[in-house]
Amino acid sequence: MRITVNGTAHDLPDVDPQTPLLWVLRDNLQLTGTRYGCGKGLCGSCTVHMDGMPVRACQLPMSATEGRGITTIEGLSKDGDHPLQDAWREHQVPQCGFCQAGQLMSAAALLEQNPKPTDKDIDAAMTGNICRCGTYQRIRAAIHTAADAADSTDQGDSKEGQR
Amino acid sequence: MRAATSEIWSRRDFLKALAAGGGVLIASCADSDGAVFTGRDKLDPESWVLHDFLWLAPTGLVTILAHRSEMGTGIRTALPMVVADEMEADWDQVAIKQAIGDSRYGDQNTDGSNSIRGNFERMRRLGAAARDVLERAAAAVWEVDVRTCKASNHKVEHAASGRSLGFGELVEVAIELKPQGKSAIQKRLKDRKDWRYIGIGVGGYDMDAIVTGSAVFGGDIRLPNMLFASIERSPVLGGEVAKYDKSAALAVAGVEQVIELPFITEEPFMFQALGGIAVLARDSWSAMQGRAALNASWKTGAANASFSSDSYNQAMMESVRKPGTKTKDRGDVEAGLAGAAQKVEAEYSIPLLAHACMETPTATAEVTEEGCQVWSPTQNPQAVQDTVAQTLGLSKKAVTAHVTLLGGGFGRKSKPDYTAEAALLARETGRPVQVLWTRADDLQHDYYHAVSAQRMEAGLDDQGMPVAWLQRAAYPSIASTFGAGSTGPAGFELGMGFHNMPVAAPAMRTETGIAKPHVRIGWLRSVANIQHAFAVSSFADEIAAAGKHDSYQAWTKMLIGKKTSGPSKHIQRLLDVSEAAASAGEWGKELPRGRGLGFAAHHSFDAYIAVVVEVEISKAGELRIPRVDIAADVGTVVHPDRVRAQMEGSVNFGLSQALFGKLTALNGVIEQTNFDGFRLLRLHEAPPQINVHLTASDGTPTGVGEPGVPPIAPALCNAIFAAIGKRVRDLPVDPHDLSWS
Repeated sequence: MRITVNGTAHDLPDVDPQTPLLWVLRDNLQLTGTRYGCGKGLCGSCTVHMDGMPVRACQLPMSATEGRGITTIEGLSKDGDHPLQDAWREHQVPQCGFCQAGQLMSAAALLEQNPKPTDKDIDAAMTGNICRCGTYQRIRAAIHTAADAADSTDQGDSKEGQR
Repeated sequence: MRAATSEIWSRRDFLKALAAGGGVLIASCADSDGAVFTGRDKLDPESWVLHDFLWLAPTGLVTILAHRSEMGTGIRTALPMVVADEMEADWDQVAIKQAIGDSRYGDQNTDGSNSIRGNFERMRRLGAAARDVLERAAAAVWEVDVRTCKASNHKVEHAASGRSLGFGELVEVAIELKPQGKSAIQKRLKDRKDWRYIGIGVGGYDMDAIVTGSAVFGGDIRLPNMLFASIERSPVLGGEVAKYDKSAALAVAGVEQVIELPFITEEPFMFQALGGIAVLARDSWSAMQGRAALNASWKTGAANASFSSDSYNQAMMESVRKPGTKTKDRGDVEAGLAGAAQKVEAEYSIPLLAHACMETPTATAEVTEEGCQVWSPTQNPQAVQDTVAQTLGLSKKAVTAHVTLLGGGFGRKSKPDYTAEAALLARETGRPVQVLWTRADDLQHDYYHAVSAQRMEAGLDDQGMPVAWLQRAAYPSIASTFGAGSTGPAGFELGMGFHNMPVAAPAMRTETGIAKPHVRIGWLRSVANIQHAFAVSSFADEIAAAGKHDSYQAWTKMLIGKKTSGPSKHIQRLLDVSEAAASAGEWGKELPRGRGLGFAAHHSFDAYIAVVVEVEISKAGELRIPRVDIAADVGTVVHPDRVRAQMEGSVNFGLSQALFGKLTALNGVIEQTNFDGFRLLRLHEAPPQINVHLTASDGTPTGVGEPGVPPIAPALCNAIFAAIGKRVRDLPVDPHDLSWS
């Protein structure tokens, strides 16, 4: 099987095509930024993009990724300066940080589809991502900030992140 | 402007002659904060190390040890920040190094909201000791009075001559100097008006790593030749395997070994690995597939296999309906109740709760001839050392406990049972092994927050104020995890808002009922405060309602009681945060039926917290929480943004527990296996607005991580009562019919 992640193609002849993408990313490709939280598509910690759409990597057999492009948190931006990553820094969103890759990937897919989401849009898009530390209010605020930033600057023009 | 480095080198020989020998070995004593080695670093001879805790390189890079675990509170940033402030180090030139488990670093058990409480002054002294040495080093170089040398922003300045030396330029001189003792350094602490980071804050040290996916949590360790393990454990605590299909598991592609781990069948279970059938494979998925093929059956002891929530909870409630073991008795409660103008009674219960950290327990281990190395997301690396050493029959020194970032802790990861599993498997296989718990493993084999039942009775005078107060509690104790034969709450648990509940009643008695453990009981964020605050703050609201008083006003009167000399300092702080929350939360504002405000306040971990929760309930019974105001007196606020974050997180954690938190057992087996059964709060259910109000204080810093949780559930339920007149006494709220007309 061949899989394309963050623009790089990998041949994985020894991996069972039914293996969920999550474990291929974590154990075969050493892309450990995508996290295991529940294994049932209930918590969103493993959210990645397939051709730009958010998918739960724990539920997606590797065979379903054939010919598709997968993006993980490691590939969300080249220099860690996606408007959402900057907004996450600005709002100091994470506490433990474990769920945040999934949160960012869900939020990035939302902004891709809907550059100016309302609170209701954010509710609908982010309800699949659990944060046990309870950073929800900051996640919401940071998504609005990123949407505003993308609105006022050209895409890809990054702001100086907070230290 | 930097002085020429040659000036330093010309001084070096002189200083070497002055203080012969490389390092200053200070025996652990009262005047040394317990840290041991200062001088030229053995691993990096160009650097100066102070008390084995802080390094300064010639480049100016300051490296500070984080000896507490990062589980989301920001402590890995905050304590080094305190050091940097007192040292006058520039935060941009500070690196943080995570400590391994080692008693020479002092207490590392990141628990009990104790990191700032227990280390703030110590870290201040460490930073001040570094600054003191660097100022003396500069004075030696310039041959001037040390009192004319002042450290500021990563350099030492001599105002009179306009000279300055960067911290990095002083390394060689500093290496030769002996740091001053604790009492001398105490006098050198900065005035709080000169703090540059304390009370202001810095960004999270791991922020970039977290938002780019490179942060290393427990399951992210990858070692050459490593096996991934998934373990089938007895569904009933203390059970042993009857039979299983080893060959079926081995037949699964990728599976390499199946190993039976010894079963622990008798309490106390402590921190030991429970035992089970481990399937080891080339990746986690194959291990889980192999495990599913085991088709194991079990022999379980009758006592724990009899544990079913319905009957157990009922029996526990029955036990608090009868007189129990008196644990506190003041005044004549019987007479007070009998002669009261009005009597109020209520019973409260909270189910078993799981920690459900987003990161399930996981650990990696490697055993070699030198000993055992483990990597785990642990709150307590010294307990990891002890447990692994005991499990493998090694000395504590032979166990190196590395600490990764924790994907949540909440008390679960103080218990190193999962690290012991990895260590056992690493020894058996001779290869590095990573154990990963599934979510079902996590929910079914936790150290649970105890299920509880409480009964309250109060006799009120004609003003509606309590003259007699009777409170009974039953829940299986945390003590049962560490000693056999426990039958109910232990003293340390009763000290969390039960014996020390703040309502002033002339007569008061507390009693405990019977509750034996059938699962491992542990501590969950704020521990027994959860049930005690729920009962006390709910009951206070019921007393106010019975007397037709405003709940907040009645609360303040109940706290003061009949005391004419004014409230104690302790009660005054609780009154002050209560007022802050009531004022900020617009207590008393007119709301239509279906909307309501609820109030609760609680003191724990030295902190004083009060909360106003606003609810909005549709006629159909759908609940929304538009807003929560939380006021906190946590003494000196060391890192304001992280304190706010902890309060926000506590509100969400408390709401999650109150709205949805419930585990049930049937025949000894926990019935919930994932987030469909054990629901957690989600973004659309979280209040859009949480307003945190911090008291300005120069008092001793208190705990922060836990004390925000206890008042949330009662404030929510009090708000529901205010909105629709329905009283929720048995959590969670979710199954209750909140419809109204």
